[in-house]
Amino acid sequence: MTLLEVRDLHVTYHSSRGVIPAVRGVDITVEPGQTLGVAGESGCGKSTLALALLRLLPKSAEVTGQVRLNGDDVLTMTWGQLRAVRWAGASIVFQGAMHSLNPVHRVARQIAEPILLHENVSEAEAHGRAVELLGQVGLPAWRARSYPHELSGGQRQRVMIAMALACEPDLIIADEATTALDVMVQAQVLDLIADLVAQRGVGLVMISHDLSVLSAHCQRVAVMYAGKVVELGAAHDVFADARHPYSDALASAFPVIGDVAARHRPRGLGGDPPDPADLPGGCSFHPRCPVAVAECRAAEPQLLPIGASPRLSACFVAQQGKPVRPGTVKEPVT
Amino acid sequence: MSEPGLSARGLRVEFGLPGGRTARAVDSVNIRVAPGEVVALAGESGCGKTTLARALLGLERPTAGAISYDGTPLRYSTRALKAYRRSVQLVLQDPTGALNPRHTVYDAVAEGLRIHRIADNESDRVATALSHAGLRPAEKFFLAYPHELSGGQRQRVVIAGALVLDPKIIIADEPVASLDASVRGEILALLLRLRDEFGLGALVVTHDLGLAWSIADRIAVMYLGRIVEQGPAEQVLTDPQHPYTRALVSVLPDSPVPGPIVLSGEPPDATSIPAGCRFHPRCQVLASGAAEAAGVADQCRATPLPVLADDVGAGVSGDDPTRQVACHYAAAATRSEA
Amino acid sequence: MSAQSSGQTALTSARAIAWARRRAALAGFWREYRTQRTGLVGLAFLLMVIALALATPWVTDAGGLDPTKVHGGRLDAPSLAYPLGTDELGRSVLLLTLWGARVSLLVGVTATLLAIVIGSLVGILAGHFGGWTSWVLMRLADWFIVVPTLVLAMVLLLVLGSNLFTIIVVIGVASWAGTARLIRAQTLAVEGRPYLERARALGAGHWHQMSRHVLPNVMPLVLASTTLQVASAILLESTLSFLGLGDPNQISWGTMLHRAYEAGAVSYGAWWYLLPPGLGILVVVLCFTLCGRAMESVVNPRLRGGGR
Repeated sequence: MTLLEVRDLHVTYHSSRGVIPAVRGVDITVEPGQTLGVAGESGCGKSTLALALLRLLPKSAEVTGQVRLNGDDVLTMTWGQLRAVRWAGASIVFQGAMHSLNPVHRVARQIAEPILLHENVSEAEAHGRAVELLGQVGLPAWRARSYPHELSGGQRQRVMIAMALACEPDLIIADEATTALDVMVQAQVLDLIADLVAQRGVGLVMISHDLSVLSAHCQRVAVMYAGKVVELGAAHDVFADARHPYSDALASAFPVIGDVAARHRPRGLGGDPPDPADLPGGCSFHPRCPVAVAECRAAEPQLLPIGASPRLSACFVAQQGKPVRPGTVKEPVT
Repeated sequence: MSEPGLSARGLRVEFGLPGGRTARAVDSVNIRVAPGEVVALAGESGCGKTTLARALLGLERPTAGAISYDGTPLRYSTRALKAYRRSVQLVLQDPTGALNPRHTVYDAVAEGLRIHRIADNESDRVATALSHAGLRPAEKFFLAYPHELSGGQRQRVVIAGALVLDPKIIIADEPVASLDASVRGEILALLLRLRDEFGLGALVVTHDLGLAWSIADRIAVMYLGRIVEQGPAEQVLTDPQHPYTRALVSVLPDSPVPGPIVLSGEPPDATSIPAGCRFHPRCQVLASGAAEAAGVADQCRATPLPVLADDVGAGVSGDDPTRQVACHYAAAATRSEA
Repeated sequence: MSAQSSGQTALTSARAIAWARRRAALAGFWREYRTQRTGLVGLAFLLMVIALALATPWVTDAGGLDPTKVHGGRLDAPSLAYPLGTDELGRSVLLLTLWGARVSLLVGVTATLLAIVIGSLVGILAGHFGGWTSWVLMRLADWFIVVPTLVLAMVLLLVLGSNLFTIIVVIGVASWAGTARLIRAQTLAVEGRPYLERARALGAGHWHQMSRHVLPNVMPLVLASTTLQVASAILLESTLSFLGLGDPNQISWGTMLHRAYEAGAVSYGAWWYLLPPGLGILVVVLCFTLCGRAMESVVNPRLRGGGR
């Protein structure tokens, strides 16, 4: 059975600024043991998507579509079912572990807490499990008695992962879980997550703005822009050979060392990600797009397969088989 | 002989901590930034790179060592510092925080002129700086407030604020880290354009080696307060010699260094710097026994390494004299090749 | 308002546009303030009181304050001729109350301005320079906080002698310390901002940093705290006057209460002599407090209730 199946998910915020469509029709699937990366910039809807998967959005958000976890629709289930899902079905690791840990409790106690709440075990057993989990995330047993402030950023993030694993979820959602960490610590944590995915056969949805990290650690990647998936495909292919001008720009923000084409030739897009409350008509990327044609201003492209490859792209230019990178690169005037 | 640009010799910055301990954030560093070159200063957080940048700007008083600009040593009198700041300018990481929310773009850019009492053609100078920073037409932005601009535009305003004093060197601390990924390239392209058009030198402090690859001419890799490897960016990044640099490069996607080499542990703290090579407790070469086989393991643990000179002196890897590595193992490998 | 729209205007009118923007900021402040109902009520009453106090010399005859020229009886109850009765010298209590408002407001506002100026100066200096400057200034502030304000003011007045000027100075000196602490905390918060680092890297001296960056950012808080402090200054003035330390040549609400008490208004049951100045103090203090709280929640949205 498909572990996670999201169908036509829409999330709309109603705020004083008006109606803000944050997610506009997203379809994704994750099988057990699979890793899916979701890439995009601030405001593209990727974090809203993460929260919607576990129904963690505020009441002001209107959610339509389907989010099926092991076949059950998360959006329509009762509170009791939802609680069960949140502990045992799927767990989420956020960015910034310093704020998510209680500063006055030892880390082992914080990890043991959900186990005690949801499983019929003794305190000693739960503590034992917590220490075991800390071992799995690469922290020595004596760290169980530490308080959060005694740990480094990387160690705290590992504690967060241990907490997410405490109830043995089928799906882990990592929302910028390693962004604040140093390259080396990030590599450590990502390795750890990859091991867990491989050993336990859990599914992983990894959300990040860093397409290069996603390409290295995920099997597939979905690139989001203005609340929609604009490109979906094998992670490394999307990074190395994008079929949407936005993915291409995102990829070139993280140059590969040794790539002579990137040397002394940084590339980027003008402007900022669009305001979700005021999206441009047609393809929402067209005002920043280096290869936009008249068609792009008129109609919104659908996410369609490109050629024979298992790649989907929502770009008219790519769908016509043309390159998405302009021939000459020159710095546009802002 | 006076050498053009900014250079630091034997720079050391120490902080007193509660409990009487001393953190040696920067521990004997020689570095040089010439006009017209982009130098990347890379390293993990806590390695002292930001402290070094602040010291180079005269914002932090070094415990020992000297900074000189165009061969003239920097003095810390108010007047000398003020004069120095017309030559060496700062670009901060977070443009949103670096601009006073109550000042317009014009005020923010003109601030430097007002501080230095440059009253003639103020608006022309501001307009020129803004258009050099890629905000055109400049007049359109004069009266905008920071919150009305996008992140990329804000960083351009910060850069314009530095450019208005016609500096020769810019020190940029993680200039794109807080910008959206798709906007980063634009700001980096701007730094390169300033280098090409105005001969501006830049020290770019970054944790991102990919960024160093895309803009730096030279790179210096810092570990625990000291530069452990430096040289032309192309050579250092495609063929790193120091085990630490190798590890940093190896964890990147499609890396030229086979790997990934994931170092265990966190960087040790600057209050207790290990004896011998400061990297030895985490060194994968030492741990794998390769250093033992080369007969340098004892040196790694006990013999301190010499401080790398800025760009003179004998290189360890024969191909380029400016290429330098502070590593017993790499030195032994070069000796055996010779 | 976007960069585009402001760009259409030529730079020659930059100053005008800067003023337009300031007006817009003020309008924004007023928009936020308007949502605070209690603040509006306070403001309305306050404006009324101030208008009355300002108009008093024109609508009334100051001669009525001279005991030798009045014809009322001793502590007459309210009548048509004397709507609020008379005092022990036969003067109209209504007239005294109106004139007393002027002195009470004047002392309250000026003393507060003095306290705010001292407090802001000390707070910004302590916050900006830190180190021993901060230590010395803050110990001084601590001393003023620890010593009971009333006792301090009384002692100072006894030493300096009591007139309008010394009362203002004494109240100002006795109540700057709280402001200094507040401003220092806010200064420290501003000092941590990257734009100060940027200004330092541009070569900015202490004066530039304090006047261009710190002061504008602590100003809104200063204004809100000023309004609140006027209330306590008025109370302090009234207390001092009630205790007989007021300027004997001036009529303030506090001196009225003092004289009423001395004249035995309480045992006589002359409520018309006690109530008007008492209510005046109550209303003005309440108004300033309401306005101050409203301003505080406008400049510091975290204080606003119901936000979460």
